[in-house]
Amino acid sequence: MALSAYVWLIVGAAYFLIPLLATFLFSLDSNQTGKCCTIASYTWVIHNGDFWHTLKISLLLALETIVISLAIFVPTIYWVHLKLPRLRPVIAFFALIPFVVPPIIMVIGLLKVYKGSPQWFYAQPWGFLVAAYVILAFPYTFFSLDAGFRSIDVHTLTEASQSLGASWGTTLLKVIIPNIRSAALAASFLTLAIVLGEFTIANLSAFHTFPLFLQYVNETQAYPAAALTLMSFALTWGAMASLLLIGRKRGDRASFVTGARGAR
Amino acid sequence: MTIPFFAYIFLFLFLPAGNVMAGAFNGKKGGWTFSNIQLLFHHPYIDSYKTSIEVSGITALIGALAGLAIAYAAIRDGTPRWIRSALTTFSGVAANFGGIPLAFAFIATLGSIGIVTKFLKNQLGIDLYGNNFTLFSKTGVEIVYLYFQLPLMILVIAPAIDGLRREWREAASNLGATPLQFWRYVGLPVLMPSILGAFILLFGNAFAAYATAYGLTSGAVNLVPLQIGAYYSGNVLDNPHLAQAMAFGMFVVLAAMMVFYIPLQRRSARWAK
Repeated sequence: MALSAYVWLIVGAAYFLIPLLATFLFSLDSNQTGKCCTIASYTWVIHNGDFWHTLKISLLLALETIVISLAIFVPTIYWVHLKLPRLRPVIAFFALIPFVVPPIIMVIGLLKVYKGSPQWFYAQPWGFLVAAYVILAFPYTFFSLDAGFRSIDVHTLTEASQSLGASWGTTLLKVIIPNIRSAALAASFLTLAIVLGEFTIANLSAFHTFPLFLQYVNETQAYPAAALTLMSFALTWGAMASLLLIGRKRGDRASFVTGARGAR
Repeated sequence: MTIPFFAYIFLFLFLPAGNVMAGAFNGKKGGWTFSNIQLLFHHPYIDSYKTSIEVSGITALIGALAGLAIAYAAIRDGTPRWIRSALTTFSGVAANFGGIPLAFAFIATLGSIGIVTKFLKNQLGIDLYGNNFTLFSKTGVEIVYLYFQLPLMILVIAPAIDGLRREWREAASNLGATPLQFWRYVGLPVLMPSILGAFILLFGNAFAAYATAYGLTSGAVNLVPLQIGAYYSGNVLDNPHLAQAMAFGMFVVLAAMMVFYIPLQRRSARWAK
């Protein structure tokens, strides 16, 4: 191995590992004395009611976003692959639009357009935030599902199912969905990571999700904030690692390349 | 079966985006005007764009060059296989990570009482904050942004480096080319569209980022997304269309990037395996 290769790999590893290590050491310092070592910061987080409350809200938001995304995109992409292949480039083009209209632009538009809409939508995270999060997840869900549908023979599966007398609903639920399961699962984990980290839209529309709780603790409690940071790392990394494992089984990893921009 | 999809995209993507674009050209008392857009070219608004473009440009440039070097170091012949798979796995995770937790990880590292800051001061006698360094500045934001820029570069460029076939290098050296000549006439020309495309991707990535800079500086650094947020939240109330005009400016920059990105993407697919 060449010397320059060693140097680059060591510099890269140091840049990535030092902040993680430092956060860990910081989380062990005492809130009173600022000295090492205590696990008080971790017990503070575990016994904090807002931690569990906001985490639950964010997990439920993620679940709702995943269900709505799959309910909208699976039948659409199925139909496009089966009957309307000419629409595919149109949808792929739409999937690039969220890169040009980032969350900060989306949220001020959404707040203006839906001001005065019913309270159950506008004043509830289950309405307003989920509506926005489905759009944030759209490119990743689309590219993941599209790759899944491309790898199966949609026409033969559909014909076989229908010649045996199955209805459209049965075909979709019992034949198509089991065959694109891993693509749907990959899309779901990505959506989970996006929603758990999303700050911009929640902050400007003032919904108290998990990332807003994180920011509040960062501003008020330095040492517990370090413990909380590591715990939220573990959550996102768990979601992404599950995704990588699925990707490895499927042998494709392009679907998550550009990452969960909502979090940034 | 495609109607719910198009209805959804219209209601929650096109309608809000269109509202922002139209709002950028509305006057205070209604009617159409270019005055909001003209305002963008004056102090202090133009300064936000300069800062944002600088931060995005510098982090994209360093991210692209260092990411290329690290990816090449991990992929080239002679490096053990496990390093490559560890690096791509780690990059896959790290590129998807940012925002509030990332900001705090760096505060715990390089903040005024951060672990590395204290170590440098107490053990090595280097006083960062006594020498005009602060993490809560433009330089600080750039250091933190690289944490998601580098892994993104590694992920995007790794398949392109794989596309540099070993036979090309062997053919070049059989014909008497030095390694430098190989890079000058074969390696770089083949990789260039991928590198430029990745640079644009990284630029847009940093340009649109809000949460990381917010978590780090609470708005102290004059970046476009932070200013839009501040104007919208009502720190400046005399012109309700200002946030929309600034958002429109942001859209124009990102759309211009996309126009360059798509053809580069096509070109770089040519040599892919």
